[in-house]
Amino acid sequence: MAEQRDAANQATWIDRFSGLPEARRSLILLSPAFALIGAFGLAPLCLILVYSFLVPGTYGGVVWEFSLDAYIQFLFERDIFDGTLAFNASYLQIGARSVILAGLAVVGCLLIGFPTAYFIATRPPGLRNVLIFLVTVPFWTNLLVRTFSMMLILRDQGPLNSILMDIGITGQPLSLLYTDFAIGLGLLYSFLPFMVLPIYASLERIDFRLVEAAYDLYANRWKVLQRILIPLSLPGIAGGCFLVFIPSLSSFLAPDLLGGGKHLMISNLIAQQFGTARNWPFGAAAAMILLSLVLIALMIYARQTARRERKVV
Amino acid sequence: MRTGPRTFDLRRYPGFGFMAAVCLGLLYLPLFVLVFFSFNERRSVSNWSEFSLDWYAKALANDAIRQAATNSFLVATVATVAATILATAAALATTRVQRFRGLTASYAVINSPLMVPEIVTAVALLSFLSLIGLKLGVGNVMIAHTVFCVPFAYLPIRARLHGMDTTLEQAAADLYADPVQTFRHVTLPMLMPGIVAGAALAFVISLDDFIITQMVASAGATTLPVYIYSQVRMGVTPEVNAVSSMLLGVSIIIVSMAVLLRRKETA
Repeated sequence: MAEQRDAANQATWIDRFSGLPEARRSLILLSPAFALIGAFGLAPLCLILVYSFLVPGTYGGVVWEFSLDAYIQFLFERDIFDGTLAFNASYLQIGARSVILAGLAVVGCLLIGFPTAYFIATRPPGLRNVLIFLVTVPFWTNLLVRTFSMMLILRDQGPLNSILMDIGITGQPLSLLYTDFAIGLGLLYSFLPFMVLPIYASLERIDFRLVEAAYDLYANRWKVLQRILIPLSLPGIAGGCFLVFIPSLSSFLAPDLLGGGKHLMISNLIAQQFGTARNWPFGAAAAMILLSLVLIALMIYARQTARRERKVV
Repeated sequence: MRTGPRTFDLRRYPGFGFMAAVCLGLLYLPLFVLVFFSFNERRSVSNWSEFSLDWYAKALANDAIRQAATNSFLVATVATVAATILATAAALATTRVQRFRGLTASYAVINSPLMVPEIVTAVALLSFLSLIGLKLGVGNVMIAHTVFCVPFAYLPIRARLHGMDTTLEQAAADLYADPVQTFRHVTLPMLMPGIVAGAALAFVISLDDFIITQMVASAGATTLPVYIYSQVRMGVTPEVNAVSSMLLGVSIIIVSMAVLLRRKETA
């Protein structure tokens, strides 16, 4: 009896659901994901936006009092005795290092990634799939483990130093680890697949009859590269550059493990403020600055893509 | 293309093959070194002595590692199941429907965890959880992981759904299947490859996460990456290499399965 009523109830519930207008049904289906992301994704972001305008508590946390100090602290140091502001470049330097290292990572990835993508795109299909698979796998494997393995390579007793000493380039081990070079190499290594895959995707679609035509018209290899291959793969190149730049800029592990925590980037500064430094508002302000930089980069990318698509149409 | 006498290959650029070798070498050599020294008999990750599985045995017998591994798989499983269900519902709501107001905004909300830098998400969640006083231990980590797994599960499911036409569903309806039967016997089976791919990616992403977990996890809720990180900071032993190699192995197996599945489907 009760079961029958349950079944009947269920049927009406489903009938009512499928009888709803499509937009309402969509809204209902979306609501669980929205609720979760809203509560534990977007609400916390709003919270740290608020925190960035507050005063730090003595033992971490915040005091609910409005202040712009967290943002002022980026450029100026407040004298503890008379409260005057003096210019302080150390945080600006961290920002600059982040942008420069991310930029270098993009250049490095492009120099290695474009030839690699081209090489893969011109292989026979079977080999092409294998190579793309090999590039894709590191993309999905543990970044911490990958960074750790790079640490092993660069150590004073690591294989790179023993090879350099064996061939006699250097007498004693070079200190490669805990330098800006190590961070840059780490970023290059971490995000290289993000450059290869989009460039490959656009090179793969190129009609090679264009290249033949160019050679018929007496173009040399360099001209073909410059006038045909690079322009036609520009969407992939631009996509790859953004895909490398954004995670590099906000990288935490490479500077932390390969830079030894001495050469900070923005992410390390944020983690430090929420950890040992116990200045949550300053950390929140740094997080807001990083988030704005990333969103600006994403917006530039989206606008470029949209413009290019309009041009094609 | 040209199999005849190789006088002038139009496509060849000298040095590009070398760069491809550099690229793959850079991606894989460090991992080989990591795995190689996990089999070292001596307590060194730079001087090779003899092959041994001792470090694996030690790692598997280590209670802290077992606890961390259990947490990692528990969190990844719960986050994957929850995120895949939410993502499937969201994909059904945003694909093959008439454009409705807020559709673009919906994409933005669902994909927002991909756009926000991890460290920002991490400190934001830390602040938020401590403000509302939610202390669920591993539960906090599960919630955090589910949030960033949703977009990873959503994208392949949406892609699959996008490529499905509605003719079979219409046929089912013509044959008097009710909406539930149509969904269960037609839509869901056709959608399955997308769901499996999405779930695999969500699982791998959850298993990989370090920064967010590090910030959100309380003392008993350590996962494998958090454990590995704490060990790496204290100094490297082949035991860390062994744990890392095992984690690496699991990720590679799952990703390979997802890739092969997709290839079989497109072939």
